[in-house]
Amino acid sequence: MAEPVIRIASLHKEYETEAGPVPVLKEISVTVEPGEFLAIMGPSGSGKSTFMNILGCLDVATGGSYILNGRDVGTLNPDELAHLRNQVIGFVFQGFNLLPRANLEDNVGLPLIYRGVSHAERLTLAHDMLAKVGLGAYHKSRPNQISGGQQQRVAIARALVNQPKLILADEPTGNLDTATSKEIMALFAELNERDGITIVLVTHEPDIAACAHRLVRLADGRIIYDGPMAQAASQHLEATA
Amino acid sequence: MTVAMLAEAWQAMGANRLRTFLTMLGMVIGVGAVILMLAVGQGAQQQVQASIASMGSNLFIVLSGSTTSGGLRMGGGAAPTLTMADAAAIEELPSVAAVAPSAPGTAQLVYGPNNWSTQVYGTTPSYLTVRDWKLAAGFPFTDSDIRSATRVALLGQTVVQNLFGDEDPVGKTLRIKNSPYVVLGVLAAKGQSLDGRDQDDTVIVPVTTAQRKLFGVQFAGTVRFMMVQAESADAMPAVEKAMNELLRQRHRIREGADNDFSVRNLTAVANTAAETAQVMSLMLGAIASVSLLVGGIGIMNIMLVSVTERTREIGIRMAIGARGRDILLQFLLEAIIISVIGCLIGVGLGVGSALAVNKFSGMAVVVTPWSIAMAFAVAAAVGIFFGWYPARKAAAMKPIDALRYQ
Repeated sequence: MAEPVIRIASLHKEYETEAGPVPVLKEISVTVEPGEFLAIMGPSGSGKSTFMNILGCLDVATGGSYILNGRDVGTLNPDELAHLRNQVIGFVFQGFNLLPRANLEDNVGLPLIYRGVSHAERLTLAHDMLAKVGLGAYHKSRPNQISGGQQQRVAIARALVNQPKLILADEPTGNLDTATSKEIMALFAELNERDGITIVLVTHEPDIAACAHRLVRLADGRIIYDGPMAQAASQHLEATA
Repeated sequence: MTVAMLAEAWQAMGANRLRTFLTMLGMVIGVGAVILMLAVGQGAQQQVQASIASMGSNLFIVLSGSTTSGGLRMGGGAAPTLTMADAAAIEELPSVAAVAPSAPGTAQLVYGPNNWSTQVYGTTPSYLTVRDWKLAAGFPFTDSDIRSATRVALLGQTVVQNLFGDEDPVGKTLRIKNSPYVVLGVLAAKGQSLDGRDQDDTVIVPVTTAQRKLFGVQFAGTVRFMMVQAESADAMPAVEKAMNELLRQRHRIREGADNDFSVRNLTAVANTAAETAQVMSLMLGAIASVSLLVGGIGIMNIMLVSVTERTREIGIRMAIGARGRDILLQFLLEAIIISVIGCLIGVGLGVGSALAVNKFSGMAVVVTPWSIAMAFAVAAAVGIFFGWYPARKAAAMKPIDALRYQ
């Protein structure tokens, strides 16, 4: 069996405040295999954003171990973390986070700049990715000229351009209407099934989470459920019934 | 990668054109002011240097002493204490290049219908060497003219203009104090001296002619002053000392008694003038540099604002793989581009206004490649220096904090 994409053991995270350290994540242990489609759910304050940031190497854990794609993240310096974010992870954010001044092809090609790819190759790859998310005709548009759903597609194209092992999507449909949300989730599902990209999705909407195959539910900084989505869905129904 | 970064920096600057322009304006004015002030300072310096060069180099002037008759004290050079023999003796001293004894006076010159009063120098051919004075036409008189006290003359440009107009004076005969003199040559133009005298308003005749025929002297063979040229600037103190000793001995001046002559170092005076001009030039440059500094602070100010405004962008870039040094380079490049483009425009402005100053006020200006190169280097340094802190601040952000920034 292939090496897990994510292997987390006894991870915890504390924030220093004036009143002393406040634990946000406690004893988290999770393993994600290649090709999985995982949803992380939990109420506000459950620590899911912090968890996501640690998964994305944007923040570092206070203790425990996190091995991403075979590398122990805890031992890496900021430059190596940047390299990892560039090569292994693709981010999709709730607020799209595109550069407003740059046109779509430049936005999509941005991660390639930091890998040292030439201008011509950047354009070719960016065009390929835009075509893949169905925006082949919009190379020169700017983010404010297209709809929210299209912006999120551009963000996905940007996440894909470096052929990452893992896509981290933080509330990717939070700013979108239901119909557009479905389209975006269909795109994620396609990427997962056809291209075998591992996807970790954070959301608080059950019907968005339902697209994933596995569910991790957090509460008060602990994992309270980790298992197949189907079972969780019935649990959820029971809870609401 | 740097090319991509340059393109991005360009784009970022284009996003806020007015602000970029105003920031740049600080650099433009700073560099322009430095170039203009250096040009004006250099111009003044060159004028002074030209005057100094026209005087001759490594020069002493030895004046005969003063006399007192019936309570009336005459100025330096009035007493007939220096002689041609003194001059010959000084010439034998080590490190003395040339000695030019001079018997000056004022005389009325007449040529045809024109007449002109001017300073007439009776001197030897070495006077031309000592003053580094070339002839524009004709040839100089020689030692044989000195020996036989011939009536020949070399004319300065101003004299030629006033007496001869467009006519060629060489070979013509003019009258000095009613005696006929043949014009052997015309001196090259020298322009103003340091004190503003017209150096071309002069006539040179053999010293013996001046002594015996033109002005007459109380005692045969006396001269009012002589110019002495040392072989090098380093030899000047030794030459001065040797001359003093020699003349005291020749004039039989007792221990403790005052000299009946005085020795002046003209080079020292010239150096002071040159130093003054240089200090002026430096001061103008320094004042102008202040505006360059202010321009630099303007860049830093705007870059700090820009870093804060673009915190979220920095977060995005870091999330997709930008390292600290990539962010640093990006902001540094923006600062450098602003300062270098500002510098280019500033050089244009500075050179343009220097030429305008020259055209409209006639002030001498010299724009040296050196000053442009310096302005450029300073502008780049200002960009790096004042861009560094904001860029460093951007690069040091934590990705998570930058991303969360609203």
